[in-house]
Amino acid sequence: MTELTSLTIAAAREKLLKKEFTALELAEAHLAAMERAKDLNAFITVTSDVARERAKESDKRLFAGQGGALEGIPLGIKDLFCTEGVLTTAASHILDGFTPPYESTVSQKLRDAGSVMLGKLNLDEFAMGSANITSYYGPVKNPWKAKGRNVELVPGGSSGGSAASVAAHLVMGATGTDTGGSIRQPAAFCGIVGVKPTYGRCSRWGIVAFASSLDQAGPMTRTVRDAAIMLRAMSGFDPKDSTSAQLDVPDFEAALGKGVKGLRIGIPKEYRPAGLSPELAVLWDKGVEWLKSAGATPVEISLPHTKAALPTYYIVAPAEASSNLARYDGVRFGLRVPGKSLDDMYAKTRAAGFGAEVRRRIMIGTYVLSAGYYDAYYLKAQKVRALINQDFTDAFEKVDAILTPTAPTPAFGIGEKSDDPIAMYLNDVFTVPASMAGIPGASVPAGLSADGLPLGLQVLTRRWDEETLFRVCQVLEDAAQFPLLPAV
Amino acid sequence: MGYIIKGEKHDWELVVGLEVHAQVISKAKLFSGASTDFGAGPNAQVSFIDAGMPGMLPVLNEQCVEQAVKSGLGLKAKINKRSVFARKNYFYADLPQGYQISQYDQPIVGEGILVLDMPDGSTREIGIERLHLEQDAGKSIHDLHPQKTYIDLNRSGVGLMEIVSKPDIRTPEEAGLYLKKLRSILRYLGTCDGNMEEGSMRCDANVSVRPVGSTELRTRCEIKNVNSVRFVMQAIEHEARRHVEVYESGGTIDQETRLYDSNKGETRTMRSKEFAHDYRYFPDPDLLPVEFDDAFVQRIKAELPELPDDKKARFTSAFGLTAYDAGVLVDEKASADYFEEVAKGRDAKLAANWVISNLFGVLNKQGVNIGDSPVSAKNLGRLIDLIADDTISGRMAKEVFEIMVDTGKAPDAIVEERGMKQITDTGAIDAAIEKVMAENADKVAQYRAGKTQVMGWFVGQVMKATQGKANPAVCSELLKKKLEA
Repeated sequence: MTELTSLTIAAAREKLLKKEFTALELAEAHLAAMERAKDLNAFITVTSDVARERAKESDKRLFAGQGGALEGIPLGIKDLFCTEGVLTTAASHILDGFTPPYESTVSQKLRDAGSVMLGKLNLDEFAMGSANITSYYGPVKNPWKAKGRNVELVPGGSSGGSAASVAAHLVMGATGTDTGGSIRQPAAFCGIVGVKPTYGRCSRWGIVAFASSLDQAGPMTRTVRDAAIMLRAMSGFDPKDSTSAQLDVPDFEAALGKGVKGLRIGIPKEYRPAGLSPELAVLWDKGVEWLKSAGATPVEISLPHTKAALPTYYIVAPAEASSNLARYDGVRFGLRVPGKSLDDMYAKTRAAGFGAEVRRRIMIGTYVLSAGYYDAYYLKAQKVRALINQDFTDAFEKVDAILTPTAPTPAFGIGEKSDDPIAMYLNDVFTVPASMAGIPGASVPAGLSADGLPLGLQVLTRRWDEETLFRVCQVLEDAAQFPLLPAV
Repeated sequence: MGYIIKGEKHDWELVVGLEVHAQVISKAKLFSGASTDFGAGPNAQVSFIDAGMPGMLPVLNEQCVEQAVKSGLGLKAKINKRSVFARKNYFYADLPQGYQISQYDQPIVGEGILVLDMPDGSTREIGIERLHLEQDAGKSIHDLHPQKTYIDLNRSGVGLMEIVSKPDIRTPEEAGLYLKKLRSILRYLGTCDGNMEEGSMRCDANVSVRPVGSTELRTRCEIKNVNSVRFVMQAIEHEARRHVEVYESGGTIDQETRLYDSNKGETRTMRSKEFAHDYRYFPDPDLLPVEFDDAFVQRIKAELPELPDDKKARFTSAFGLTAYDAGVLVDEKASADYFEEVAKGRDAKLAANWVISNLFGVLNKQGVNIGDSPVSAKNLGRLIDLIADDTISGRMAKEVFEIMVDTGKAPDAIVEERGMKQITDTGAIDAAIEKVMAENADKVAQYRAGKTQVMGWFVGQVMKATQGKANPAVCSELLKKKLEA
């Protein structure tokens, strides 16, 4: 059985076409793996019936010589994507029992491409977190463990269920969403590939909103090629999302294999803060060497406003969240705790429905938008955001891609850093700037720490230039020869 | 300055600004495809967006943008080629998103002008501060259940234009005229139906007072959602008196939101300053700024109809009407069109007189719109023709008009059927005169002795003899000739 779950999307696609096995067999193998790895708590909802039904439909199409780009491929969907007729929770108590009568654009596109949804993946509540410990449905465990230590590690977050399930071979790929690093950081922690495309590449319609100007969906897979295949199916203009781009979707897979010869790779000097693990610093240098030997030219660059990115993010994202989450009021759907008056009902419902981190961000967001504070916080943050954006624009005058570590440390233990929100927020110090600028970024597993934990490198490119992103990622992937986890 | 509130210590002047919420005429809502038709069953016209469902995103309805620009042009206002939608955050059960998408510091339309037509024929300009687009909220229904509130989201997300005046209004009457004129302009443009009873036009009044001669702006109170022109005028009057009373007894006015109770004829506190919302406005990240070019504005400009002010000017200059009559006629486009059809090729002043004095009287009495007038413009025009060519007298015309109102028939047919044709044939009138003179020799003698007042009696007798059909002018001319022969 693990033969089937070991396959990449690209390989499974070939074999399904050759009818070496059926989509139903492929789905069953993964459902069985999910059952065996229940302990990871990667899924909030397992949709076995939906999976079997769709796999059978895929088999019909495959038998008829038809089928989409992902026909029969078993995927997990982050439980932030609304799925028609299937419980959608955003890992929050406040969405208790919410079964949307509509399907998000991205999950619909994946369905239209023939993929088979196995279930809804665990995440940080409303995608707010970097360790997947804020979920109402409990923390997700990282399938990796440090050598000689039997300590459960976090998978990163917020797309922790996505990262863990891909790494553990429970699904062939998963959707993630990235607001400040929620695809890239868990991908690094779990030793998989995670791509946050350019803001506007994928429709946000039907994704439970966290911070609208930052949220972006992307693929999480075990190989760069799989990510390219999956992203193509997820992307495209959506008239239902005013911020989605009216651009043709390139064949990202076709960009692979073109190498990096002649590309200039920027190495930002500001990405060596005090908290950077020495192992990551070494790995970063190694990454530069790999690209250099593949024909690229490293260039030292400066992104002078890097330090301001994290504090700015923690104004912009909570501000938008405080407004986006106002609709969870107990009136129309989800949890309602009765009260003596309307205001009392609101207060009781929201106090019971939202976890501590979500409440904290709503408070921060409400504060920074309040009369008398707006100019000092929100407005200033918008100005700094423009400067961060300018940093990247200037840098991409000189270079074609930027290479940095994805996160300052490898995965840490469940329970660590949970008392200190600032320490937790620092996880995203390298991923947030690209989110603020809306440029594409990816994390590639590039090596292991001394105690055997995955380390990731981040690649950033110009807006809409995911093709270069994939080229660079593939060269790193080939050079790193990262030891993926075996299938369970 | 006509309107002064006499206090014990001061004479006070009224300072009023109006905020009008005008529902945009559009097929679909401002940010969703749901229908905007009035009168559908509760929650029958609600999309997932209007219900604030998770993951739903607004998409701007371009028709509403055009309507806002058109309205702005109608108010001779600055059109902003770049404007921004912002979220106005507050919690309420009929506000599903927890925020209203509105425009804040960058509205689609800036400063403009609205001209009031004063009853004495003069005009007065009221400044327009801005016009912006925003979504309407749903409706809370509190009286269907003792404990529960029912919510109808049909209106949730419907496009509104908030039109804000400068504090230029000085009398309750001006406030009324402002609302009527604004409604007239929006109806001409086809951007709002102006129906205050159905709630498609709602008004908030910001009221303050100041001693006559002062230029200060004192603390204002906002009177919310007054639903008729008459009530707006009354509410302003009552609120102003309250301010004067408070000031003169040494008190201060707190800035607050108040409601007008038309039964009691008073305003009362709805929300005091301590409970004022902090709306936490910020640009809506789900929407791009609204941007268009000059060509877009020019295209809309080219489609603008002739507006009331221009029409009024034309009616006075081309037709020689008084400013007042012209103002009355142009108030509603349908009336102006009706008048123009009647006046075409005819004596315009006579036409105006018939439309205003006779037709409007009948319409008012019957409570119908000009569109449902029992007398068509064509028939009223024919009636005027019959007077002009002496077929009927003015007095007979009034009779014919009444029959037209009752039957809807053409005047020619009525005159024909009832034999109401005026006799202008001098032979027939001569014969009648001679008969009357022969039978009343004493009266003839009186006239000839210098008692010319009996002329009136003779005219009456001749008219009687001809069953009122004799042309009175011809009749008295002939009589005079014969009596003085």
